[in-house]
Amino acid sequence: MSGQAKVQEQGHGGDHGFAHPVPLKILVGVAAALILLTILTVVASDFDFGAFDIWIAMGIALVKGSLVALFFMHLFWDKRFNGFVFIASLFFVAIFIGFVLLDTHTYESSVKQWVQDHPQSGHALPGGGEHK
Amino acid sequence: MSQAIDTIHGAVDHHPHDSQVAHHFENAEQQFESAKLGMWVFLVTEILFFSGLFCVYAVYRSLHPEVFLYAHQWLDKGLGAINTIVLIVSSFTMAWAVRNAQLGQKKALMINLTLTLLCAATFMGIKAEEYSQKYEHGTTWGASFQPHPDAFGEVHGGEIKKEDMPRNTQIFFSIYFALTGLHGFHVLVGMGLILWLLIRAAKGQFGPQYFTPVDIVGLYWHLVDLIWIFLFPLLYLIH
Repeated sequence: MSGQAKVQEQGHGGDHGFAHPVPLKILVGVAAALILLTILTVVASDFDFGAFDIWIAMGIALVKGSLVALFFMHLFWDKRFNGFVFIASLFFVAIFIGFVLLDTHTYESSVKQWVQDHPQSGHALPGGGEHK
Repeated sequence: MSQAIDTIHGAVDHHPHDSQVAHHFENAEQQFESAKLGMWVFLVTEILFFSGLFCVYAVYRSLHPEVFLYAHQWLDKGLGAINTIVLIVSSFTMAWAVRNAQLGQKKALMINLTLTLLCAATFMGIKAEEYSQKYEHGTTWGASFQPHPDAFGEVHGGEIKKEDMPRNTQIFFSIYFALTGLHGFHVLVGMGLILWLLIRAAKGQFGPQYFTPVDIVGLYWHLVDLIWIFLFPLLYLIH
């Protein structure tokens, strides 16, 4: 092995060159945490937290998703740019869904008004029935 | 020509696995990092692709919460939870397989890839069982939504009353089948990719200097798991 290659391998610590195997303990720990959080979210769904239900469920999902991304997908040790690309996509998803919801609810009252003025509309549809 | 390149790039090219390094890369590490960044960019397009359906979900649920509250009772929370755990276990064996490939552990790599494949098949089996339940109950998408009389009453430990059914209940099932269908399709594609890895692993093609395919298929597989982690509470655990 030549000098340059040796220096490069030393720079990345150990005999595996550029590979960074994740310690098995971490993988087992993350898997156990994910299973516990799954049980927690199922149990939590049996209780009524009112409007907070969805946020509790999404909070647990976010923690689980972060564990998967950081440890199973190696982002914790990875080049920061890969994580940046990932987070950037979530940012654009938030803009997308957020703005569509804003837009939808801006027009909701006029749709409701139209439905009130046309009580027979939509009754032929498969789920047709009383407007609620 | 290849000798000339060897001379230019000199020292780093004297490794038994160097046949896997394309000539336009400096070394195996640069090639790996490039492939991984490319995979992340692809995963971003996948996230944006799914976000269209998540957006549909958000719009309909915010406009018609009563439909979601009522219709989700037809989904089997128990099967959904089991499937979530099956996918988590498959993600674990996949992450372990990446470690095996990096350490050149051929036998362990093949075992973990096989376990991942079995978990994926279990997931699809349970999904198929759920789909056939929906078909038998007549609780399918759009205009095909015609719940049979036996779809009402005692279902999955709760009671579903026909007279309580809100208008446009079929929308829930359109969204359910679109989201779980697209996700299930990704699981099938993942199974094909893992099978491909298994064949290459059997040929002894992966080791510390070349494990890129295992790593990036792993990334894809974890993303499929990640999406299910959000789908499960959104569809099965509505309160």
